[in-house]
Amino acid sequence: MTRRSAAWWFVAPALLVIGVFFFLPVVAALALSFTDFDIYALADPRNLRVVGLRNYVQLLRTPLFWQAFGNTLYFVVVGVPLSLGVSFGAALLLHARVARWPAFFRTALFAPVVTTLVAVAVIWRYLLHPHYGLLNYALGQLGIPAVDWLGDPRWAMPAIIMLAVWKNFGYNMIILLAGLQSIPEQLYEAARLDGASVWRQLRHVTLPMLAPIVAMVNILTIAGYFQLFAEPYVMTQGGPLQSTVSVLYFMYEEGFKWWNLGSASAVAFVLFVFIFALTAVQLRLTRWRAAA
Amino acid sequence: MTRSLPAVVVNALLLAVAAATLFPLVWMLSVSLMSAGETSAFPPPLLPWQPTFANYRELFARAGMGRSLVNSVILTTAVTAVSLVFNVAAGYAFAKLAFAGRDRLFRVLLAALVIPSQVAMVPLFLLLKHLGLVNTYGGVIVPAMASIFGIFVVRQYALSIPDALLEAARIDGASEVRVFVSVIVPALGPIIVTLAVFTALGAWNDFMWPLIVLGDTDLYTLPVALASLSREHVQDTELMMAGAVLTILPVLLVFVVLQRYYMQGLMLGSVKE
Repeated sequence: MTRRSAAWWFVAPALLVIGVFFFLPVVAALALSFTDFDIYALADPRNLRVVGLRNYVQLLRTPLFWQAFGNTLYFVVVGVPLSLGVSFGAALLLHARVARWPAFFRTALFAPVVTTLVAVAVIWRYLLHPHYGLLNYALGQLGIPAVDWLGDPRWAMPAIIMLAVWKNFGYNMIILLAGLQSIPEQLYEAARLDGASVWRQLRHVTLPMLAPIVAMVNILTIAGYFQLFAEPYVMTQGGPLQSTVSVLYFMYEEGFKWWNLGSASAVAFVLFVFIFALTAVQLRLTRWRAAA
Repeated sequence: MTRSLPAVVVNALLLAVAAATLFPLVWMLSVSLMSAGETSAFPPPLLPWQPTFANYRELFARAGMGRSLVNSVILTTAVTAVSLVFNVAAGYAFAKLAFAGRDRLFRVLLAALVIPSQVAMVPLFLLLKHLGLVNTYGGVIVPAMASIFGIFVVRQYALSIPDALLEAARIDGASEVRVFVSVIVPALGPIIVTLAVFTALGAWNDFMWPLIVLGDTDLYTLPVALASLSREHVQDTELMMAGAVLTILPVLLVFVVLQRYYMQGLMLGSVKE
């Protein structure tokens, strides 16, 4: 075995798996989205017809799809800044020189990230219970009337956002903390010599130095939050009044409940193209801002 | 010891955030030990009146969660073991072995990281159905046998292995496989542990794909079984909590013991640019 052929033997198994079980399905998803693949075609492929863009046109005429899109956008627009804000605040606290037991606190704050979403959703459903939930009890102590968190269309998405922030903030916290630790101490010393307050040091040293990492974390978090699925599946089943149906939840029901696989593929592609375009725009903006 | 005002504020805040973060997890443990119906009270009880393991017994005896635990352990172990072999071999080759089109191929893989895995799910389901793998362990294992992320992480780490090390082994007459097994794998030790922890936690927590591909209750993993249980038994909070503990505790333990390796993977994975 020559060295060159050995190289192929090393990469072949992994590339074969990724090629057959990822690249091929992605291409097939695009093809499938131009067909009317449904439960009849599942039984007999001869029932399959090519319908061009009909799935996409149909989708844009489906109110529930737009609602799912709007719900997902709500989750991203409110959830991502909240997540990043909490991550950044926690990272600043952990980075403070006066912080005691930083290793313990780091582990504690990170713990929710590694937990299983379905299981923590079960816990949160009890915390948010309208009659017996601890959150309503705590609010009651403050004189705030009880909220039917998961039963009220106005509050179901905020409740899911709360769970998502609690579960995810530790991830970006660790990345931002590493960013804070990589800022040279001399910069702060110079700022202090110039008489800069803690606040001004934060604004004129920390934030500019951290900007590239924040931009990257922001892009990755937005892409991740668009893939909302398990939270509504377990907590609300898309309800109440479909206020928590996300794009992926819609895709799951369309594909694996109603077996409209052509239409489900179209949903997946719309989501992908949207995330992709958003990422591209943000990357362009980041570069443009860095150059300016 | 001097206690300045900032020190008190920072540590009080840290304590408050940590308490808020850990509270749901600690409470889960407490509620799982309560007797049936105890949570239907106001104000909600913090500690069980009389701790009992009845919920756990019920979980195994009647809810069939023992079966799901076994499924989760088997699937997580299989996915981790196989994908580790494939990803480490490929990552090493992309870093250290020359072959035609290597760099272009690697760029294609990196670019594909932006494609959400859900895009592939519908055709993947049809493909696996065609292969007879739907409703089998294979349906979960086969698509997860290699990952772009895994290859990427191993390649980044393998780049730092000095070529002289490989050349020395080759001059001694070692075959390429021999070089891989006795030089590369030991040198990649830390990153292999990191990737193993990452893969295992990901496989254990995975929800959407097992939900789609495993229709048979006997094959359910813990998250899928817990989700289905919680849709049926909305009222049995105590039982649900025991199920949540059973699902979360193994991953938390693995994380706490191996967190040094896990954090390293997180940092490597986030430097995608």
